[in-house]
Amino acid sequence: MRINCPCCGKRPIDEFSYLGDATLKRPQVAGGEATREWHDYVYLRDNVRGPHYEYWHHTGGCRVWLVVHRDTLSHEIFEVLLASDWRQRQV
Amino acid sequence: MSSQTYRNPEGGLIDREQPFGFSFDGMGYQGYAGDTVASALLANGVHLAGRSFKYHRPRGIYTAGPEEPNALLELRNGARREPNTRATVAELYQGLEATSQNRWPSLKWDLMSIAGEASAFLPAGFYYKTFMWPKQFWEKLYEPAIRRAAGLGRAATLEDPDHYERCTLHCDVLVVGAGPAGLVAALSAARSGARVVLVEQDHRVGGSLLRSAVQLDGHEATRRVDQLRVDFLQCEQATLLNRTTVFGYYDHNILGAVERVCDHLAVPPAHQPRQRLWRIHAGRVVLATGAIERPLVFGNNDRPGIMLAGAVSTYVNRYAVRPGKRAVVFTNNSSAYQTVRDLTRAGISVVAVVDSRASVDPQQIAMTHDAGARHFGKAMVSNANGRLRLNGVDIVSGGGSEHIECDLLCVSGGWNPDVQLHSQTGVRPLWSARHAAFLPAEPRQAECSIGACKGQFDLAAALSQGVAAGVDAARQCGFKSAGQIAVPTVDRIEAPYHIEALWRVRAGRAKALVDFQNDVARTDIALSAREGYRSVEHMKRYTTLGMATDQGKLSGVNGLAILAEELGKPIEQVGTTTFRPPVVPVSMGILAGTSRGRLFQPTRYTPMHQWAVNRAAVFVEAGQWLRPRYYPKSGEGMMAASVRETLGVRSSVGLCDVSTLGKIDVQGRDVAEFLNRLYCNGWKTLPVGKARYGLMLREDGLVLDDGTTSRLSDQHYFMTTTTAEAAAVMGHMEYYHQAVWPELDVQYCSVTEQWAAMAIAGPNSRKVLQKLVTSLDISNEAFPFLAAAEFQLGGFTARLFRISFSGELAFELNVPAGYGESVWQALMEAGEEFDIVPYGTEALGIMRIEKGHVAGPEVNGQTSAADMGLGGMMSGKKDYIGRPMAARQAFLEEQRERLIGLRCVSKADRLYAGAHLVGIDDAAVIANDQGHITSITYSPMLDIWIGLGFIKGGTSRIGEKLRAVNPLQDHEAEVEVVSPHFFDPDNERLYV
Repeated sequence: MRINCPCCGKRPIDEFSYLGDATLKRPQVAGGEATREWHDYVYLRDNVRGPHYEYWHHTGGCRVWLVVHRDTLSHEIFEVLLASDWRQRQV
Repeated sequence: MSSQTYRNPEGGLIDREQPFGFSFDGMGYQGYAGDTVASALLANGVHLAGRSFKYHRPRGIYTAGPEEPNALLELRNGARREPNTRATVAELYQGLEATSQNRWPSLKWDLMSIAGEASAFLPAGFYYKTFMWPKQFWEKLYEPAIRRAAGLGRAATLEDPDHYERCTLHCDVLVVGAGPAGLVAALSAARSGARVVLVEQDHRVGGSLLRSAVQLDGHEATRRVDQLRVDFLQCEQATLLNRTTVFGYYDHNILGAVERVCDHLAVPPAHQPRQRLWRIHAGRVVLATGAIERPLVFGNNDRPGIMLAGAVSTYVNRYAVRPGKRAVVFTNNSSAYQTVRDLTRAGISVVAVVDSRASVDPQQIAMTHDAGARHFGKAMVSNANGRLRLNGVDIVSGGGSEHIECDLLCVSGGWNPDVQLHSQTGVRPLWSARHAAFLPAEPRQAECSIGACKGQFDLAAALSQGVAAGVDAARQCGFKSAGQIAVPTVDRIEAPYHIEALWRVRAGRAKALVDFQNDVARTDIALSAREGYRSVEHMKRYTTLGMATDQGKLSGVNGLAILAEELGKPIEQVGTTTFRPPVVPVSMGILAGTSRGRLFQPTRYTPMHQWAVNRAAVFVEAGQWLRPRYYPKSGEGMMAASVRETLGVRSSVGLCDVSTLGKIDVQGRDVAEFLNRLYCNGWKTLPVGKARYGLMLREDGLVLDDGTTSRLSDQHYFMTTTTAEAAAVMGHMEYYHQAVWPELDVQYCSVTEQWAAMAIAGPNSRKVLQKLVTSLDISNEAFPFLAAAEFQLGGFTARLFRISFSGELAFELNVPAGYGESVWQALMEAGEEFDIVPYGTEALGIMRIEKGHVAGPEVNGQTSAADMGLGGMMSGKKDYIGRPMAARQAFLEEQRERLIGLRCVSKADRLYAGAHLVGIDDAAVIANDQGHITSITYSPMLDIWIGLGFIKGGTSRIGEKLRAVNPLQDHEAEVEVVSPHFFDPDNERLYV
């Protein structure tokens, strides 16, 4: 598998590390309560079969965090964007 | 040395000028360059090559390719001993040593063959049924005995002396297989300018042409093939990888291949890898992997002397070997008649052709008669006679039965297109009744199949398919054809391939094998169906059909066809098992590549490493780093050295290399806010020129890391992390900054390698430092605890921090890495009058335990700040990573295990890390577990063993006496729960 890093171009998967679901929204931090929302954010993950947005880190390259839109079944990659741009899109 | 009695005097693709001596089971033989071990054995009349896996049946060479199930040998000796090597692909070299496997005491007299006599009691899944009682006998008696009796060769027990490489290759068009179709496809693609890689498992190109006597363009096919190879290599962007097998087809059109660079040599030449792993990124893939012939299933169909018809043609034509004197051919299809022709031309007498089909081309019957052989139509071989070597077959036809003497039986059960790579892409192959085989389906990746692997068994048609596929693949990669190459013409038009499926011969009671390698008989498949294992995947696992090193290349289709017959279902409804890599066995060596031993990961050295080496320091691996563990004086052990170093620091002064700590330079307008969110304690009030200890949590509320961060100027901070977590903290910061808070104006960069860091600690540390540091006032008043400053040291800028891990008056000096060794040297000289000691990680550890500072054993990813007595650091005034989850009920429980100190009650006792704590009178069982010890040391200051650990209730237990039990060391000691601050609890030594 190769990921088309917006900074570095197509690079082999060995250079990247995986974090997971990028569609999870970090709850708005307010006070110190361990709400159900926080619990779900930290522990609950869907095991998506098909297209999925996920965080990847170009650990062995430019150190940029990416959001990769990938089909978990075929590994087809539809889109790769900077995590900061993804964040803008989410807001 | 016996002469090659079964070698024809001329012909074949062998080099008779280059004879090679070799041995098999200690006997000396001779072969030629160009031989495989199998062809050389056959040239010497050796058929018996091994014993079968389960029943220890004698087995002969059965194929001429990588699908070989029987002739698995141990090659070489000592550290290079390699088990399960297929004799049919192992190239011969001078002095080759081969040994048969799975027999005792010898191949001819194998005592284990009694298992064959007892085979009625050893059906599929027998170990689930027969060895169940008494239960405890399974692990101790039955399983080891079964494993000894079964199994294959012995792996080498010494370290592999050879090296392996991993490489990556990018190309427009990858052609897998350099048979007729693949070769012309590669040539026509390369002629259009595309970057083409052609991969061939053999050392020669030609594929099926190497076993055929056909002519191309009026020349011998092998000569024409050599010309095509030269033409291909003259193309600018053409690469030929021979002795290379593509074993895996992965997503994104990436394929894995193994190149056997030096397997054909006794020992690789200097600097040559034994094998090379290729990762090939291809634009288009053209699969031209050919077809594999199927066995026929009848009684004793595994006797030495029985071979696939195509393999016999290979031995006759390619190696000029006569595999027998009197041959019978048994077939269900038209292709075996070529073998009849090849045998006759080689001077081997064909006595009979047994054809199970109802309709046979009359020309082929005529040809059989011309060869002087009898033709049996609608007939089958029901049983083979002879044990160590075939001596005759029983033929059934109509109502009658006849025995014919022979020493060679050529069988052909039809041809399976080799759809393995295609199917690995997740495509289920399609059943073709006309071929009685599975064919490639609609591709899912950018690939196509051509030639025999697509079911095109006609040579002329396969060639034109190849030319067209090459042009097309190049075009799809954006290359225009520079004019199609001419399709080579074939001299002889064969009758079209015709088969009438025959999956098993039902006559006779003798064992009829479907999977030779795993000894799966036709009756086992019937049993599997009867016992309810009806899915082909279940049948495979119950009978182990197709699970050996050949991965069912021969047995797969026969097995599922017999299952279909048993179930009364059409084959396409039974389907195939899932195809997975690797296509052929792949050695562990190439998967590891160069990542072995010292090269497994990079080694990081600190700037002062050489000084420590010169001082004969003993090093310890800390992740990728090598750190001085202690600096022994002559004759000193670790304990004595680290106690001496500790006492040196506590009484005067010591110097420690702390360059391995992670260092991150952080700058920007919002650094204080960023730190405030990263750390659980507050950062808004940190003034310029000050350092602060900080604790980072993970989002789940547990501790990630700790370290100090200093403010060097208004918008410039300098963060340190632990050695172990440096990379993780950096990635953590990058994640939160880029993905969560991109609005923060911060920049940060790892500078771990840029700075040499040394801790100078002890009551005399200031006096030593003052001799060097003249541009900065470092008196207690001007430079108090937690002061931080940049200053000029000689001609460069250095940084000084007044922080302490040892609990002594201490400083950390950072200088640019290139100055590290000379500054260290200068400090050692300056400290000479104070008997300065260099100290390593052991003394560092002793002193931090004496002070109750937590480190890796405590910050282990399972502990919260409060667990380590650091709950007070968690700010209630701001939000930070981990705050909500750290407030969970479970983290606040009274009885949660929290940090305490432990000291031995008796000076004669010692402690072990990992020991568990139980009450004095309680049994050492998990129900009585009170906690455990994480760090231990002998304390030179207290002259007793002490430790840190976690105990239910934490510091409320101080004063209690417990037992520390370590069953692994068979040790226990009485301990007292104390405060973790063993030494100088009021920090009087720190603030002076």
